[in-house]
Amino acid sequence: MSKIPKWKRELAKLAREAKDKPAKLGPDIDIQEFESSTPGQEVLSNLTELPEEVQKSAETVGISPQERERSGSFFQYDQSVILACAHKETPEVEVCSTSEALKKYDWLRDYWWKVVPVDMDKYTAFAETNQHHGYFIRSKPGARSIFPVQACLFMGTQRSIQCPHNIIIAEENSELHIITGCTTHPSTNSGLHIGVSEFYIKEGATLTFTMIHRWGRDFEVRPRTGAMIEKGGTFLSTYICFKPAKTLQMYPVAHCVGEKSTARFHTLLHGMDDSLLDVGSRAILKAKGSRAEITARAIGEGSSRIIARGHLVGEMPETKAHLDCRGLLLSEKAVIHAIPELEGRVEGTDLSHEATVGKIEEEQLYYLMSRGLNEEEATGLIIKGFLDPEVPGLPERLRMEIKKAVQLTTEKAL
Amino acid sequence: MSLLEVKDLHVKVGDKEILRGVDLAVKKGEVHVVMGPNASGKTTLIMTLLGYPGYRITQGEIVFNGVNFNEKPIHERVASGLFIAFQTPPEIRGVKLRDLIRIAGGRDPWDPLEGKKETIATPLLEKVGLDPATFFSRDVNVGFSGGEKKRSELAQIFAARPKLMVLDEPDSGVDIDSLKTLGLDLGDYIRENNCAALVITHYRHILPYIRPDKASVMCHGRVIVTGDPYEIFSKIEEKGYCEYLGVCPPDMKSLVEREKTYEQDSQVEKGTG
Repeated sequence: MSKIPKWKRELAKLAREAKDKPAKLGPDIDIQEFESSTPGQEVLSNLTELPEEVQKSAETVGISPQERERSGSFFQYDQSVILACAHKETPEVEVCSTSEALKKYDWLRDYWWKVVPVDMDKYTAFAETNQHHGYFIRSKPGARSIFPVQACLFMGTQRSIQCPHNIIIAEENSELHIITGCTTHPSTNSGLHIGVSEFYIKEGATLTFTMIHRWGRDFEVRPRTGAMIEKGGTFLSTYICFKPAKTLQMYPVAHCVGEKSTARFHTLLHGMDDSLLDVGSRAILKAKGSRAEITARAIGEGSSRIIARGHLVGEMPETKAHLDCRGLLLSEKAVIHAIPELEGRVEGTDLSHEATVGKIEEEQLYYLMSRGLNEEEATGLIIKGFLDPEVPGLPERLRMEIKKAVQLTTEKAL
Repeated sequence: MSLLEVKDLHVKVGDKEILRGVDLAVKKGEVHVVMGPNASGKTTLIMTLLGYPGYRITQGEIVFNGVNFNEKPIHERVASGLFIAFQTPPEIRGVKLRDLIRIAGGRDPWDPLEGKKETIATPLLEKVGLDPATFFSRDVNVGFSGGEKKRSELAQIFAARPKLMVLDEPDSGVDIDSLKTLGLDLGDYIRENNCAALVITHYRHILPYIRPDKASVMCHGRVIVTGDPYEIFSKIEEKGYCEYLGVCPPDMKSLVEREKTYEQDSQVEKGTG
């Protein structure tokens, strides 16, 4: 008992108190229904040693088993970290598990539950009480990595829980790119994923974070994400969910605390069958000259329900933010519910939004058909265009990478 | 045998009969102009030729290149050599113009991941005067000017190499200089490829470029007159549709009245001046 430091004990207390606290949004889940322990997995020296079907699944969420054009890799299988390393050629990037980083760095406590509250709800509380590793990725001051670090959170045990706690730090004036893929073994179709991610973008740093999710039909997914952006820093987050879970609820928050800091969220959602996706992005402009942009594209198929939220908060003058949400309904039973919120707290903040929800415009469809496509091909082209992941500010190479992942997933999904 | 034969075509949109027995024929390589007052059925004819849902043929037939088109889906009509350039084509966000040009030419969209240079759409963009440096990555019609939309349609015609091109008011929303280059490009293409054209227009400006062989005038959902285009144009310009056709389209009755009043007013003004 005495070995556990005081700050950890305090967190444990907060977590205990919040252990039954339901989340503000999304259907409540009984965590007890899931298996809290999973069989251990062996540590690997590279990802090509993984079974073929695991490699294939990982590839569909942007992970390269050959680690081609990557500056580091992290792979967590259920609750075991099987690979965590930065490449020798990129010593300016650090990759390890957060459990290891906690041992190594005393200062990590300054980043632990600092941008996501530990007692936010029962899921964050559970993650603190039962932490299953997670990744620690840090770019050193001034580092400019061209290639992204890849991180895969993989679930391979039926009805199990995975709750990693990730810490990502882009130190001053550094540039860091991360691709995260979360997916499952083809034979695993139910489980609970709670991923806690805390991002720290220091002065003048740029962090691009691309997360691709592919779940099984009975998965419950509750990511909890927060980002702190300092002076002149930029946070670009792209989230893609093309194979949804039974229920997914997340509402990442970017805190623009430094002058002229920028946050950008781009979300692509594809609802099918009877899945429920309740996904939002929130940006809080807390310093002069800070900017935020939230874009969301949602496609509803089957009898899926998508709630696309967005919330912009302007707390300082000379701030500006825009929210743009578009929903495309492809079936009679699907529902897309866009909820954009603007909250101006001072004069001199400029917040705006636009939201549209509807089906494919016949005029567009027939126009493409008049160029020789049949109805199916024309629909596919419109959907692909709708999901075009053109995120301003993403490096060309990374944009291509995302495009490839989108192509792969749309081809399979549509 | 004609390339396109429209025989006694009756078409309903909803419950309303718009076309009431259209007869029209276009031979291979023929340039045929269609005129007529607003609401005479010109656009309905085009939409029906293309097979847009909602335009229901209740009588008569469309035969293209010897094949009955009445029940054919849009893409099959296009595949057999019919191409329509729209008056105001829609904007489609996320779909690239270069890909649409390729599709019109029967190709797949360009795959940037393959890393190969694009060689189908690029020269066509250049040919129609849309700078590939910017238009290569532009979304279909998004933010295009009137003239740029027409050029985009033109590039697609060039890619599709149709047997019959149908142009819906190619001269609307285009300034006089653009009309000239557009007209020259169109005219050259038509003659070089012996491509037949059915052109809807209200004005004679484009005629010298496309050099029509025939003109038809529509009114009340029928073709009333077919003949020498220049003769017909002169007469319509001189007399107006009402007098020339000897029938008055519904929305023109008030116009005739207004024109009379206008003439009387100006005489009064002259008198006082």
